Amino acid sequence: MKVSNQKLKHELKLNKFNSLYKNTVQNKYLLILILPVFIYYIIFHYLPMYGVLIAFKNYRPGKGLFAGDWVGFKWFISFFKSYYFPRLIRNTFLLSFYGLLWGFPVPIIFALALNEVKNSVFKRTVQTISYLPHFISVVVVVGMMFNFLSPTSGIINNFIKSMGKEPISFLNDARWFRTLYISSGIWQSFGWDSIVYLAAIAGIDPQLYEASKIDGCNRIQQVLYVTIPGILPTIIILLILRCGNLLSVGYEKIILMYNPATYEVADVISTYVYRRGIIGAEYSFSAAVGLFNSVVNFIFLFLVNKISKRIAEISLW
Amino acid sequence: MSFKKSIGERVYEAIITFILIIAMTITLYPFIYVFSMSISDPAEVAAQTVWLLPKGFSLDSYKIAFENPDLWRSYYNTLWYTVVGTTLNVFLTIIGAYPLSRKNFQLRHFFMVVIAITMFFSGGLIPMFILVNKLGLYNTRWAVILPGAVSAWNLIIARVFFQSTIPDSLPEAAKLDGCSDIGILFRVVMPLSMPIIAVLTLYYAVGHWNSYFSALLYLPDQKLQPVQIYLMKVLIEQTEEALGGLEDLGIRSSLAAQMKYTIIIIVVLPILCVYPFLQKYFVKGVMIGAIKE
Repeated sequence: MKVSNQKLKHELKLNKFNSLYKNTVQNKYLLILILPVFIYYIIFHYLPMYGVLIAFKNYRPGKGLFAGDWVGFKWFISFFKSYYFPRLIRNTFLLSFYGLLWGFPVPIIFALALNEVKNSVFKRTVQTISYLPHFISVVVVVGMMFNFLSPTSGIINNFIKSMGKEPISFLNDARWFRTLYISSGIWQSFGWDSIVYLAAIAGIDPQLYEASKIDGCNRIQQVLYVTIPGILPTIIILLILRCGNLLSVGYEKIILMYNPATYEVADVISTYVYRRGIIGAEYSFSAAVGLFNSVVNFIFLFLVNKISKRIAEISLW
Repeated sequence: MSFKKSIGERVYEAIITFILIIAMTITLYPFIYVFSMSISDPAEVAAQTVWLLPKGFSLDSYKIAFENPDLWRSYYNTLWYTVVGTTLNVFLTIIGAYPLSRKNFQLRHFFMVVIAITMFFSGGLIPMFILVNKLGLYNTRWAVILPGAVSAWNLIIARVFFQSTIPDSLPEAAKLDGCSDIGILFRVVMPLSMPIIAVLTLYYAVGHWNSYFSALLYLPDQKLQPVQIYLMKVLIEQTEEALGGLEDLGIRSSLAAQMKYTIIIIVVLPILCVYPFLQKYFVKGVMIGAIKE
């Protein structure tokens, strides 16, 4: 009995494999089409993933692709023990936490306000303008900040000087860094980020508004009791994503903005990896720091997702 | 009663309108100011009297900017990266997304998993840097094109588009007529897919136009650097490269400040020009992506 059962299972497996093989032969041109993309992913995504192993090795350029002697957790330990470790964690976390705190509500409020506009020409104009900064490069955004905030010729400092006060050297002042980083980020993305919420608002059943009107709701009450509950699932999904990324702050904007005078608050894990790894050529050490960061990120995303699944029954996967 | 309500409603709408006008002003002001600075009289710029609208009129800084061969070369490089890169991106994304959208292709699940994993895990900066070096791409134009040849996100957008707009019966009918899958993609599906091709082209092209980081990583050779790197040197590292061979010290110092605004306009202008006409395609991409969530 047991034997034949096993045999049956084996045959089923074989059958499945045969039919997959047959299906693939039938669709061989589809396979040919996707092959270049597959090869691209193997080379430029999976090879680097394998290359992460240099975090446990003593990598020396000039040998094999990712070759080196195994050293175990040496680089991780030296990172955890270093003076920079607490500072990097704190900076990375605070920068994205404040970014979330100030930046997350803005597109929601903007979308809600936009939805209340009845004049469609005005609405479209506001939308078109608000999406624009999204298409401007970080170099331009940071460059404009340098221009506007320059202590000698910037418009902001001209204004401060015209009030009879001393000019502020904003970009060399650690106290200003977070404010500038976060506010410029909001400026660049609030319009574009509101699209998702506008789409969610458009998906709300108009009958709900009719019903609430009959129940005597005014416009503000409609927003509170119909619109906001209607887009809540979208808000939660995006919040999960943002919370999952609390320990990942990109380097692209920071390496343009910071300087040794602001490292104290501006240096985050990714910029540290860039400085030590690319400029300092300490490949294995920086790969270890980068790997640590991605592992922590993934755990974070996983946990936040689990919590939201339990509480709100909304999850990413 | 109803009169009172309408006053309340009017106040409400006035507040909403006010908020939106503030948002619009904050968004637009930097652009207007930069533009005004770039075409104002250099003397007014140096005297710091421009607040919103241009004072006087002068295109001297544009003239000097365009006389600089470095700007032309980096502009040409950016065009090259944008055209070649985008062509490759769109081509690969289409031929990758189409098989993933065919329900009768059983291996698509496997490929989908392979691709989706890369959205959560990556090797990170250092292994990628080593790989690009070892492949011999360092300091070649391909270093900024090949590593980002396909974006998983755009691949998914294209797949969703194919699934929702190309009915299964269409490729099947074409197959009965003796068309191969490759022929079906290029002769039947592609002509129906212009909206998604437009969306992909725009996304990738803007990405290339604005990208500076991979050039910073992989292109130490100034002859290969895109215009964003040039901009970075002028605006952020504050080099006086943009003033080129200008020898008159007086003109030099009076133009130094203005030049920074002029170059911003030169770099941003192409995007500002095409943006209002193509905006709806950009938004379309977000909408298609949102369906998948």
